[in-house]
Amino acid sequence: MAASKTVGDVLRANGVSRRGFMKFCAATASMMALPPTMVSAVAAAIENARRPSVIWLPFQECTGCLESLTRSHTPTVEGLIFDAISLDFNHTLMAASGQRAEDALDAAVQENWGNYLMLVDGSIPTGEFADYSCTNGHSHLDMLKKYAAGAAAIVTIGTCAAYGGIGRANPNPTQAVGVQDIIKDKPIINVPGCPPIPTVITGVLAHYLTFGTIPELDHHGRPMAFFGQNIHDRCYRRPFYERGLFAKTFDDEGARKGHCLYQLGCKGPVTYNACATLKWNNGVSWPVQSGHGCIGCSEPNFWDKGSFYRPLSAAYYGDARTVGISVAAGAAAGLAAAALARGKQKKAQQEEKA
Amino acid sequence: MSSLAGIGVKIESGGGIEPELRGNALPLLHEIRHALARLVEEGEPTVLDIQSLPMGPGDLTRLMDALGEGEVKAELNCLGKTLIREARYSGVWIIEHFDGAGAIASRFIEINWVPPLLQAQAEDVQKGLMELADALAPAGN
Repeated sequence: MAASKTVGDVLRANGVSRRGFMKFCAATASMMALPPTMVSAVAAAIENARRPSVIWLPFQECTGCLESLTRSHTPTVEGLIFDAISLDFNHTLMAASGQRAEDALDAAVQENWGNYLMLVDGSIPTGEFADYSCTNGHSHLDMLKKYAAGAAAIVTIGTCAAYGGIGRANPNPTQAVGVQDIIKDKPIINVPGCPPIPTVITGVLAHYLTFGTIPELDHHGRPMAFFGQNIHDRCYRRPFYERGLFAKTFDDEGARKGHCLYQLGCKGPVTYNACATLKWNNGVSWPVQSGHGCIGCSEPNFWDKGSFYRPLSAAYYGDARTVGISVAAGAAAGLAAAALARGKQKKAQQEEKA
Repeated sequence: MSSLAGIGVKIESGGGIEPELRGNALPLLHEIRHALARLVEEGEPTVLDIQSLPMGPGDLTRLMDALGEGEVKAELNCLGKTLIREARYSGVWIIEHFDGAGAIASRFIEINWVPPLLQAQAEDVQKGLMELADALAPAGN
């Protein structure tokens, strides 16, 4: 394995000049959401950083997260980040298959025990359904526990690996969970999203590459640099929200004028991600800019939080008819409880007299 | 069932969106003005990462139109193309890094006497010196 070379060695071997290296560091610092003043510090760190061994284990996933990362054309800064790490295993990308692939995985793990970075995408079926997701005859639950034992840190790519995602959505037929529900003794960096923005994935890798540490995380285990900002607070349509200008259908005048999508179900106010600033497809656009509200895909259990098209303010109370029935039922239940209480009170009074 | 022709369709182009509601161009221009003042008074450069700021449709175009074009334009060829051009306001440089497929990788506005990336790098100069010496050695020079 090529884990002994430094990243600087790899870049020079690829014919990258000092000027090219500084351009690489500027783009990497931007990718890590670091201020431009830190570029020289990033350069110094990357120059001497040793290439970490990385294994990527896909579990119960749709491959969307891997596609998100690899669909960008090479050579790109993201491609170079990928080259700078030593990706020793990913059964979707690697040429070997079957037992040879598994042998390569075991060899990488043994050689770098305690020091490799483990990337995971896809949820993990558990219990009696653990065997519903396997690779080469091994359940993903077993694989996760086996290879997590020797990992320096685990990066969960996508909402499925972080929190269970669509696999976990009601009725969760495979009892699927996220990595953090199984592994409790390793540092875990959650990079959720369905899929995550590619820059966010490589930004986290770049941070580990540069500093050798995990970045600052929020209460959901997500890097603050990318998930510390609320979509609503960074949305360019926020002024319309403030002025009460909303699109009410997807084709009305408000929609055509780019008004706020709150009333069409946008989950921006309760979602933390970098879509509003980094955007998608190398900064071309993002869902709100394309006219569709945020669906909150980087939040736990977003599939089960009600319709994507119902406004947040209506999510918990339903429509007027449902509210009316609920109120009547509540009132009836209150009357019944009161009657029961009076009955008990009267019985208690009679017993006391006796 | 009514026919599709019965559905009213109104085509609008341009959107008629009021720019003052969400324009980030104006605040950025002010920030550039302050940075230019700092460069003049204190010699301190500033770099703004434009790619990381929330920009609505048209914001970037408005900003670039406002900055205009100056006297200097440079194209670098390292890890893909990089374009560095001076704005109409001397000392304001727009730096755009492209990847190998021509897509924008990052975009900065640097307020400086000259962006460091334009200067020859010490390591590259050293390497160039050795290469030139090697090239001249066989001729006995």
